[in-house]
Amino acid sequence: MATGKPIRLFRNLSSKIAAIPMILTVLFVFVGGTAWTVTYSFTSSKLLPKTKFVGLRQYERLWETERWLVSIENLMIYGLCSMVLSLLIGFILAALLDQKIRFENTFRSIMLYPFALSFIVTGLVWQWLLNPDFGIQKIINGLGFTSFEFNPLYNSDIVIYGVLIAGLWQGSGLVMVLMLAGLRGIDQDIWKASRVDGIPAWKTYLFIIIPMMRPVFITTLVLIASGIVKLYDLIVAQTGGGPGIASEVPAKYVYDYMFQGQNLGQGFAASTMMLLAVLIVIIPWAYLEFGGKKRG
Amino acid sequence: MNKLKSLLCGTAICAAGAVSAADLEVTHWWTSGGEAAAVAEFAREFQEQTEHKWIDGAIAGGGGTARPVMVSRIIGGDPMGAFQFNHGRQAEELIEAGLLRDMTHVAEAEGWKDIVNPPSLLDACTLDGKIYCAPVNIHSWQWLWLSNKVFEDAGLAVPTNWDEFVAAAPKLREMGVQPMALGGQSWQSSGAFNVLMATLAGPEILQKIYGDGDADLAGGEEMARVFKAAEDMRDMVQGSNVQDWNQATNLVITDKAGGQIMGDWAQGEFAVAGEVAGEDYTCLPGLGVHEVISTGGDAFYFPVTNDPEIEAAQDALAATLLKPTTQVSFNLKKGSLPVRADVDLAAANDCMKKGLEILASGNIMPDVNMLNTEDTNNQLNDLFVQFFQDTSISAADAQARFVSIVEDKD
Repeated sequence: MATGKPIRLFRNLSSKIAAIPMILTVLFVFVGGTAWTVTYSFTSSKLLPKTKFVGLRQYERLWETERWLVSIENLMIYGLCSMVLSLLIGFILAALLDQKIRFENTFRSIMLYPFALSFIVTGLVWQWLLNPDFGIQKIINGLGFTSFEFNPLYNSDIVIYGVLIAGLWQGSGLVMVLMLAGLRGIDQDIWKASRVDGIPAWKTYLFIIIPMMRPVFITTLVLIASGIVKLYDLIVAQTGGGPGIASEVPAKYVYDYMFQGQNLGQGFAASTMMLLAVLIVIIPWAYLEFGGKKRG
Repeated sequence: MNKLKSLLCGTAICAAGAVSAADLEVTHWWTSGGEAAAVAEFAREFQEQTEHKWIDGAIAGGGGTARPVMVSRIIGGDPMGAFQFNHGRQAEELIEAGLLRDMTHVAEAEGWKDIVNPPSLLDACTLDGKIYCAPVNIHSWQWLWLSNKVFEDAGLAVPTNWDEFVAAAPKLREMGVQPMALGGQSWQSSGAFNVLMATLAGPEILQKIYGDGDADLAGGEEMARVFKAAEDMRDMVQGSNVQDWNQATNLVITDKAGGQIMGDWAQGEFAVAGEVAGEDYTCLPGLGVHEVISTGGDAFYFPVTNDPEIEAAQDALAATLLKPTTQVSFNLKKGSLPVRADVDLAAANDCMKKGLEILASGNIMPDVNMLNTEDTNNQLNDLFVQFFQDTSISAADAQARFVSIVEDKD
């Protein structure tokens, strides 16, 4: 052994030792906590966890509950719109900033500023802005357009779009900065080459630059998606789930049933469904993204 | 942080030389104007009558926000000295888990069994023959608050019952006044519905449905009428864009809304605003239909701390809360009724006197919190907050969902 090859296990020993705390955290906190939650979602735990198993009863009740169905629908609308629009807005802003304009730093700071605010502050600010008695509607009415009506937060049908506006205002700045970083990473020679060939700028963006920015897009997508799934504080601050239950989201259902309703089993069942939904999206994507590379 | 805090407290106490005095942190959710004034009375009485110090731990946002905070502190091993709950089934599991202190010795020393009236209040604190909480007041939900000025302006007599109120609603709407105020928080919607149920269908029916889980009755003819009344109410509350209950009460106080169904704690708000019962506003117990009040209320619970100093302070607080002077000064500010019949409430206003009369006549019913678990209440909240905000749900659909909640309840 003294002269032989080093044992595989001991290769990079110091970095392996350094990783032990993280591995333990992942195993016990993340994996362990998840397993515990899933297990207790099959019990009738109320305020305190109890091992009285009731099979799928909690899940049956969950899927019969109107509020859960409304929550899922809201999350889909919010998720889809926020994913597409924040990428679109973020990329357009970044492309505009990338035109070697003056005061780029100032514009960048202004656009990124909302991201420095928490969702609670964002929610409250937009609650006031969208309030018909103080906000945008009042100002425009005051200018003489008395028939103008813009009152999304008190209309069950469109309240989720009122939340979406606030979410986009807060999140687009970050997307813009990430996109800008991506654009700056593109070699200037590519631009020169496309100009020599007489390709219009929009075509260069669409067919050359965006495909080259794939890693940036993936990072951004993961960031946006994780923000969507855990959407909670914006709703609490802006609408409180109202009017009625029209702007409820799954994370709020979990919290309300676990703590306010003193029904842990029901809250666990809902959070397990959220985990399942995330896995359904992530596993095929991870397979394509990482599994594909190995083969190729 | 906590160790540092207790160390500092300990040093401060030693320095002061008062060995037995302790700081007692008391958490509650009394933050509206009238409520805050009432809880200040508790703090004052506690510090005057004993040598301990009241550390106020108010949590804003109502019971729905405050209860999870309190529960997680107790479960997480950082209990406060005492906390307020609505007594009933909210603390059931905490008691079963042995996290709350048995206060029977204080109850016996102070003779609570003989003084607490009605006795059901103490029963709600009792589990397996042991008393775990100190009831401090009687709150009833079954009140309709009306603004006299709104009806005068409309040229109408102030309604004396629910039907007259419903009949007056279109006229108020015409005048541009909101007929009825309802806050957007879900507990207010289900609370108002329970009031309609207790008064229009009667307390026996409420007792059977929530107490015994009678699903046939929940789907029956009497309840269909209650749901019809709830539909009327839904038309009357359309357009009241407020969230908190006291903001809704404020609409009535400022004569922007005709009336509100809210518990007697609303009276504290009228008092703070300087309104006089009978002149500026009218209160109709039992909606003027069926004069009954529920005897729910607030109670203080005391977590296990294993600290003899804190325990002494807890005992002292529990005894103070039910003393006659404390009961009078607190309840006058809070607008609630005292838990003992032997105190003199000469200073009580018209509405409180009506409540006291009904209480003395024995027209009482248990509070919904004593019959339902928080889980069931939460389901009812979800149903009724949706029903009152969304006009597309028919009364029959809502009743069908109500029946399935009653079937599942435990």
